Amino acid sequence: MTTNRKRRIKWGFVVFFTPVFLWLLLLIVLPQLELLRLSFVGTGGSGFTLRNYLAFFKEPIYWLTFVRTASYAILVTLIVIVVALPVSFYITKIARVRASGFLMVLLLVPFWVSELIRVYGWMILLRESGVINQLLVRIGLFRQPVEMLYNDVTMIMGLVYTSMLFMVIPVIGVMEGLDDALIEAAYDLGAKKLAIWRTIIIPYCMPGIISGSIIVFMLVLGSYLTPNLMGGKNSLWFTEQIYNQIIIYFNWNQGAAFGFLLLALSSLIIWAVLRLTGQSLKKVIK
Amino acid sequence: MKKVILAIGVLALCAGMAFGVGSKEAKAENKVLRIMTWSGYAPQELIDKFTAETGIAVEVTLSNNEEMISKLRATRGGGFDLVQPSQDRISSVVEQYGIYQPIDYSKLDIAQIDPSLLAAVKKNTLVGGKSYAVPHVYGTEGLVVNTAKAPGIKDFKDLLDPKYAGRVSYRLKRPTLIGMGFSHGYKPFDLYSDPVKYQAFLDDMEKLLIAGKPAVKTYWDNGDQLLQLLRSEEVWAASAWEQAGWKLHAENPNIDYIAPSSGALAWVDTFAIPSQSENVSGAYKWINFMLRPENAAFFTNRETYGTASKDAVKFLNPEIAANFTRGLPPAVLAKINWYPTVPVGIEELEGKTLDRVKASR
Repeated sequence: MTTNRKRRIKWGFVVFFTPVFLWLLLLIVLPQLELLRLSFVGTGGSGFTLRNYLAFFKEPIYWLTFVRTASYAILVTLIVIVVALPVSFYITKIARVRASGFLMVLLLVPFWVSELIRVYGWMILLRESGVINQLLVRIGLFRQPVEMLYNDVTMIMGLVYTSMLFMVIPVIGVMEGLDDALIEAAYDLGAKKLAIWRTIIIPYCMPGIISGSIIVFMLVLGSYLTPNLMGGKNSLWFTEQIYNQIIIYFNWNQGAAFGFLLLALSSLIIWAVLRLTGQSLKKVIK
Repeated sequence: MKKVILAIGVLALCAGMAFGVGSKEAKAENKVLRIMTWSGYAPQELIDKFTAETGIAVEVTLSNNEEMISKLRATRGGGFDLVQPSQDRISSVVEQYGIYQPIDYSKLDIAQIDPSLLAAVKKNTLVGGKSYAVPHVYGTEGLVVNTAKAPGIKDFKDLLDPKYAGRVSYRLKRPTLIGMGFSHGYKPFDLYSDPVKYQAFLDDMEKLLIAGKPAVKTYWDNGDQLLQLLRSEEVWAASAWEQAGWKLHAENPNIDYIAPSSGALAWVDTFAIPSQSENVSGAYKWINFMLRPENAAFFTNRETYGTASKDAVKFLNPEIAANFTRGLPPAVLAKINWYPTVPVGIEELEGKTLDRVKASR
């Protein structure tokens, strides 16, 4: 009886697992392996070479772009933390239950449309002939419209906006477990607001902050649309270089090498941050 | 259980597709013409007309230059009977992979093709004494200018003028490098054969483009973005294709396409026959059919691209014909710089230059 049942479970497992396995193998693992192979081959298709990887370090334009992309990604992550903590605190601790559900929906709604549409929305608002400019000129605050798009500040704002949700949700998840009594006790003992944030709330939320940061950092590092459309003429993002190599110069080998460098270097940064903050990946993923 | 049913369904579908392919192959003997082309190049109306005339059914696969090359490379020139690559993407591909067969020009109705275009394409696709393509469609890249706001812009180099700070846009792509080169007195295409000189030329362009950056509002990279920038009059002059200029001209008469005084840059899409075409006679019939003046005019009226059919002008709608006489009169056409074949390695040099321009501030 038991053996029979075991066999049936196994069959069920095979039936359900095979599609997933094939999906992963054929559509994700195999193409990645092929890209990895390409990244070690020269453009002529001859033999093993490290040239594609060395090009990254030899040509300042490539690694400078990466440094720029990575430092902006870190900056965006920090801003997102600063913005997301009060928001999550308000939703979990201050707002009433029904209102907090409504606020969550408000946070989620913009993500029901695609990133492209959201970015275009911002562009319609901010462009020289856009909504905000017309409003300000009409009420007499500006004498003539000002171009608000195509600079780094706008680009960072766009990136913060598009990745906010991915910080708020993990932080809310953790913050809900925070016992209100801890905060009340701190008040009773005469702690200031800042001290409560510093010594109670932030340390308690650290796993949520870290997992949110990993998601936001990776999203920003790998984003293509927002820097390209909102950043304009000065915003060379590293993903754009990968795109250019593969689509425009047909140099799949170089593009693949950049792709793997992006993966390796961003993993390295995340590892370093985890070490610095004393968090372990296991704890964060849980 | 559902998964099993699904799996069976998928299998049945695959089997069906396999059979479908099989039967397609069987009836290919000169009754079917398989064309790989750009979107809009084979309108359904003309396909129906062709089938009614010749009894040959037409199967169209939409594609682009890169895909045409990689697909034909994978099948060694099989799977399609006729394709439409750009003229600068033919000779190097013939040399490297041998995926096209030479054109037998005696099978064509030469009288209906524009002689200067035919000569240019023949010259550019010459490999081992034989030519490999017939011109079909051409287009140019020049300037789209709002003449009420920026009357002084006549050439690519005027886009660098600090007078128009923040009012200019162009693509950060190779045509910009080439166009700027021509307007500064270089002959970029002649430098293709000498990478060292070409690099020196690129370095000069890099300096100019970085110095001219304050004039740029943003580098546009898709057609919609360009149209928006010009339509809202946020940008007064941009490098762009004539289709964009003519479209905006219909909305705002101040905006129009202008061929730069150093010559517009032009591309030609051609007909080429893959080396393992299974319906060569049908392919020639289609080429002659598409270049017949009334058919070519039908295409141009709809897509507003120029055609290599000599007498198509007679059948054009008046407003379409007016665009051509205004924007691309014979004097302008005579000065056009046609893109030659790009040698290996050149695009990589250009790519680095463009990246440096974009990254600088």
